[in-house]
Amino acid sequence: MAKVVLRNVTKSYGSTLAVDDLTITIEDGAFVVLLGPTGAGKTTTLRVISGLDRPDSGDIQIDGRSVVNETPAQRDVAMVFQQYSLYPHMSVRDNLAFPLRSPILKTSEAEIARKIRDVSEVLHIAHKLDNKATALSGGEMQRVSIGRALVRDPAIYLMDEPLSSLDAKLRSDLRVELKRIQAKLGATMLYVTHDQIEAMTMATDVGVLDEGKLVQFGSPREIYENPVSLYVAGRLGLPRINALPAELFAGAPAGAKTIGLRPEHIQHGEGKPSKVVRVEHLGDQTRLHLSLEGRDIVTLTDAHTELEPGDTLAIQPRNALYFDATGARID
Amino acid sequence: MAEIRIHNLRKEFGDFTAVQSSSFKIEDGEFFMLLGPSGCGKTTTLRMIAGLELPTSGQVYIDGDEVGQRPASQRDIAFVFQMFALYPHMTVRKNISYPLVSQGMPRLQVREKVAEVAQILGIEGLLERSVGGLSGGDRQRVALGRAIVRDPKCFLMDEPLGALDAEFREHMAEELRNLHDRMRATTVYVTHDQLEAMQMGDKIVVMNHGVIEQFGHPQDIYDKPATLFVADFIGSPPMNLLKFHGKVEEGATSALLHHQALGTPALREAFAGDMVYGVRPEQVRLSDSSGFRGEVVATEYLGTTQIVTLKTHNGEVKARFASDQAARAGETVGLDFNGATVTLFDNQSGRALRSALNEGVFAHG
Repeated sequence: MAKVVLRNVTKSYGSTLAVDDLTITIEDGAFVVLLGPTGAGKTTTLRVISGLDRPDSGDIQIDGRSVVNETPAQRDVAMVFQQYSLYPHMSVRDNLAFPLRSPILKTSEAEIARKIRDVSEVLHIAHKLDNKATALSGGEMQRVSIGRALVRDPAIYLMDEPLSSLDAKLRSDLRVELKRIQAKLGATMLYVTHDQIEAMTMATDVGVLDEGKLVQFGSPREIYENPVSLYVAGRLGLPRINALPAELFAGAPAGAKTIGLRPEHIQHGEGKPSKVVRVEHLGDQTRLHLSLEGRDIVTLTDAHTELEPGDTLAIQPRNALYFDATGARID
Repeated sequence: MAEIRIHNLRKEFGDFTAVQSSSFKIEDGEFFMLLGPSGCGKTTTLRMIAGLELPTSGQVYIDGDEVGQRPASQRDIAFVFQMFALYPHMTVRKNISYPLVSQGMPRLQVREKVAEVAQILGIEGLLERSVGGLSGGDRQRVALGRAIVRDPKCFLMDEPLGALDAEFREHMAEELRNLHDRMRATTVYVTHDQLEAMQMGDKIVVMNHGVIEQFGHPQDIYDKPATLFVADFIGSPPMNLLKFHGKVEEGATSALLHHQALGTPALREAFAGDMVYGVRPEQVRLSDSSGFRGEVVATEYLGTTQIVTLKTHNGEVKARFASDQAARAGETVGLDFNGATVTLFDNQSGRALRSALNEGVFAHG
């Protein structure tokens, strides 16, 4: 595995600037998740690293060598796309073996068989190895495409929302598995998603992108607890952070335009009276929709709360986050 | 609006029985969820309520009228599909007007009605636009508009948010529920997403293999699952299911797993054989004093909370607690379970044993 460095990488498509002066270091063995909404530049970043697209300017280094002039094959990266791409006429086994049978790799058939067995067990497709690729469900096909990357030992794995087409249960199983495999192999991974749970649970580091720019890079905990801006604060946390005018509550620091309240920043039972609009029992906890002076606030409370729509609940901030008029964080 | 009652409803397709024998009642004005994995019979049930499929046997009552064998056109319902079926060459206004125009409503009245619906959905500005250029969310709003405009007795929705991405789905779910709270129209909603069902539903029917596993309020279904299937299907992560072999007496308040007495609610029946000890992740605590041990396999940080996966003698356990509490992979720790919230199951049949916790639910279930 290898360290990957992007230095001042810029890429536009026509007049659209997809990646804007991006500098990022993916350490050897790190699991880096790029997080951002559609159009933030996540997929373009993967494509320039893999060699599918060429940056307009800037440098990309894999294991210390500049690769911008290398072909995708020379770069030795394994990419998994959102949409599975399998050889439809081949069995699952042959699809998995295909990358290993590449003449450059010279893998023995015994070694191939062993790798396929390991990977297919992890991905729960061991019983489907002799099926035609076309005889699989969508979720199974996606697991085979992930498997086809995992059988290899590339410099870096590049994954573009690989779990988004799977159902909830499988997705949560594979989150744990992918993280475990990555840690066990010591693999370097760059993973793109807009699912914040994937980012929080798998990443060693999260890179938050906004319109092609890297706006914050750090551990999931740093990004969640110490966001540099309102934009970053809104990327993590469910329910989403409540952004309200700072003057709604006393005690805002000078220059604060917005107060950001996550559920754990809202103390119940004291402060200003809010009206309970809706109560959603999610099982393990209850989501409260509150209205305070015409503002909507969503927060959490105990699973067995007695609160009902129409009730009044006093709330006040506790260790809240503050942001200035540009959205930048104020300490 | 309407009350819908299903009685012994059954549907066979050749040798395959899609729905076994369903009975439940949807109250007037309720937001009602049909929940289950693909192939469980939820969509077939919805289609029988709509009149798109005719039942093999059993009855469907809408407001007391038995309509089971009547075609969809005679039932006064509105159906919203997963894939928003719009006329791509028409404007938003024409799409929404269409059901009214085809009923022969005077033009002026149609205009008024469409304006009202557009205002409810916040799409007044889009009325003259062509449907082709709209975003997924706006299209879904137009599809809803076309359903609402007819003032039907009830709305039937088949995974209407299934095709949307996660962030937008969350937003539309809230919008749909707000819309319902304003209009109070009886709504039957099919989904395979348990969180969507918990979040939006007044009541839930959980189906599996054509059979109703449980019917009730979301919180009751979560707290007091009637079967192993429900315990495993509801919740994210789902209920921990620890397998053990043994014997429990009526009145007992604990069960013996791997030589440790673990708390349960007072049991209302005795049982001997293969059982399952079911406990929700947020009812698991780390405790040095507990003799029931587990090895930490993984921790997943979720902001306010974390999920810790542990390997125990009786199977895997996921615990959810505050993320400021340390748990390191490789560590062996003691586990404490909140016994009052536990459900024991007969592992063969999957049925929950009766206890002080769940007896109220099963009495009328």
